[in-house]
Amino acid sequence: MLGLDKKDFTLLLIVSALVLLAPLLLNPFPEGSAMAQFNAGYPDLMQRFVIFGIFAIGFNILFGLTGYLSFGHAAFLGAGSYAGMWMLKLLSMNVIPAIIFSTLIAGAISFLIGWISLRRSGIYFSILTLAFAQMAFVLAASVLTPITGGETGLQPALSDPRILPEFLGGGSVTADGNIPKPSLFGIEMTASSEVAVGNWLWTLNWGYYLSGFMMLVAFYIAIRIFRSPFGLMLKAVKSNQQRMSYTGLNTRPYMLACFVISGMYAGLAGGLMAAMDPQVGAERMQWTASGEVVLMTILGGVGTLIGPVLGAGLIKYFENIFSKINKATLEVWFGVFPDWMTDLMVTIVYPFIGKGWHLTLGLMFMAVVIFLPGGLVEGGQKIAKLFSRKKEPETPGGEAKPAE
Amino acid sequence: MDQIILQILNGLDKGSAYALIALGLTLIFGTLGVVNFAHGALFMLGAFCTVTLSRMLSLSHEVVDETRTDFLGNPLKVDVPYLYDIFGETTGAAIIDWAVPLSILFSIPIMILIGIAMERGLIKHFYKRPHADQILVTFGLAIVLQEIIKYYFGANQIPTPAPEAFVGSFDFGAAIGFDPNAIIYPYWRIVYFFFAMTLIAGVFAFLQFTTFGMVVRAGMADRETVQLLGINIDRRFTIMFGIAAAVAGLAGVMYTPIVSPNYHMGMDFLVISFVVVVVGGMGSLPGAVLAGFVLGILESFASMREIIELLPGINQVVIYLAAILILLTRPRGLLGRKGVMED
Repeated sequence: MLGLDKKDFTLLLIVSALVLLAPLLLNPFPEGSAMAQFNAGYPDLMQRFVIFGIFAIGFNILFGLTGYLSFGHAAFLGAGSYAGMWMLKLLSMNVIPAIIFSTLIAGAISFLIGWISLRRSGIYFSILTLAFAQMAFVLAASVLTPITGGETGLQPALSDPRILPEFLGGGSVTADGNIPKPSLFGIEMTASSEVAVGNWLWTLNWGYYLSGFMMLVAFYIAIRIFRSPFGLMLKAVKSNQQRMSYTGLNTRPYMLACFVISGMYAGLAGGLMAAMDPQVGAERMQWTASGEVVLMTILGGVGTLIGPVLGAGLIKYFENIFSKINKATLEVWFGVFPDWMTDLMVTIVYPFIGKGWHLTLGLMFMAVVIFLPGGLVEGGQKIAKLFSRKKEPETPGGEAKPAE
Repeated sequence: MDQIILQILNGLDKGSAYALIALGLTLIFGTLGVVNFAHGALFMLGAFCTVTLSRMLSLSHEVVDETRTDFLGNPLKVDVPYLYDIFGETTGAAIIDWAVPLSILFSIPIMILIGIAMERGLIKHFYKRPHADQILVTFGLAIVLQEIIKYYFGANQIPTPAPEAFVGSFDFGAAIGFDPNAIIYPYWRIVYFFFAMTLIAGVFAFLQFTTFGMVVRAGMADRETVQLLGINIDRRFTIMFGIAAAVAGLAGVMYTPIVSPNYHMGMDFLVISFVVVVVGGMGSLPGAVLAGFVLGILESFASMREIIELLPGINQVVIYLAAILILLTRPRGLLGRKGVMED
């Protein structure tokens, strides 16, 4: 189906189902219950899951297939965001031109950067991309202020032209004098319908479903790339570039194409970010953002199809949900123990959660790099293998939690 | 003319910091072949050694001063550092004032221990893995170290002043015959520059003139042959890692009066120091030092007003531009050795 073999098609179906049902699945706890703070099914966070999923899928096409570690992907994300925002300002609030244009601009920029950076490999490549991204960040924050809005960032304004006709999302102001919101042929991205079943409240958001759809498209293309002769060529570059050169093959065009595709994924993610939340700042280009996508991809499983999406979801979940746990919550959790033990547990656990979630993330990341180079996906496969080989029921089920 | 001298001087202190960090990075890369992304974190740890020491020195207890009263008319409570009790008021105050230089002594053993623990505990297992894995695991380690520091010291900058004697500026212009106030240079930056030069000279002398250094150099050139001669080169390389950590830490210690330490200062320096290493040439110690100073001076020249007016924003990107140019035209770096990481 769709040019995929059965296994990949099943994977795509599963991912599609997950994306479709995410608002339900991520809200497993009823409203008002003590566990409701772990619900991740609100539009803003779900959008981030899928958008960073796209970003990580794109990064994985480069790093997973070719082994070239880029530390500058945030530059493409930022460039995509700025490009998308300009479309929202100049053409119309319709998100389609924004998304297309952001992908193209990011592609063009990644072509330029890739053309230069790919002359070197290994650590030099990492540092070249890092240098370019830092340059982009510094310039965006200072000299390019007319284009990027500098430190204040860029957002739509009442005075923007938006030259396209009204039914395509054009027009500077809405009827009631406000700045129009990003929309898809009249459907605002923030619009959502709420479904209440018993105590559960599910929010079905248009912006999320658009981003989710884009992620599925991106995922599908990634599968096709992984399975294509082009993908095989890239894997060959990873395992031994020198041998490829000796066979008379010029690897540069392949690498460059891969780099540009990867950059366009980042641009798409950036454009979607701008479309979902119309404000862009230069910090989106900082090298820590590049580091974040590296973390996502490695955590999830580099070189696997689904891994980067998992990693992106995990990190964003940590960042938004895990980080909100405070001391009082912990005291309630450990309240069943005697007092001295509660205090002890809270003292031990507290540095790792809440504001300290970065510490947990760093430890998890190190554990994955050291013990599970294939990331969570490899961990899952190992556990699955453990279960399929041993039929005995005494297999410890508690081991199913990977890493930390 | 005075402008040019001023910019060179300005470049020197930044360049010293770059050179010191890059020197440590190169020591690690040249000996162990590991790309250490946690090196910036070591710089940061050094800076926080100073913070710890100055806090320890000013540990104090409350004493009721009968001669003075607070605004309510009660006897005033004064915090008196324990050091005053031990050494008397003048000596105690002097010791606290000199916390930054004192922490050089304090930080050397700590940084060497941290370095050795890092090498034995973690990096040892990554010699055989690809460079990408080394980058990733040390990057993770940098995050962890940074977060630990953030947990204990908070996210704000912690000012740590230089000793009273070095506060203020030296009128360099007047000393060499220009108008007064044309070239003014803070005393501490002069100290930093000379400190960096001494440290660099020390490291080079250690490698050049001691038996230990000779063996290490031999190991850098050909590890296998040295091992075949029956020398335990791994142990020496571990010690070199400790020394490299100490160099990064000392750079951090002495930098605290210039930039108040905060938990992410290491990351800020790391990016640039990698650029420095690459410009200097992977694995070349003189290259790292040279590139550190060259880039520091280049950066300060680019921030001259005349040049910014000509090319806006050049001051912030000049280092990266230089790195890109060097990598493309002279991939080996300024003084890189042949055959080291040339793929």
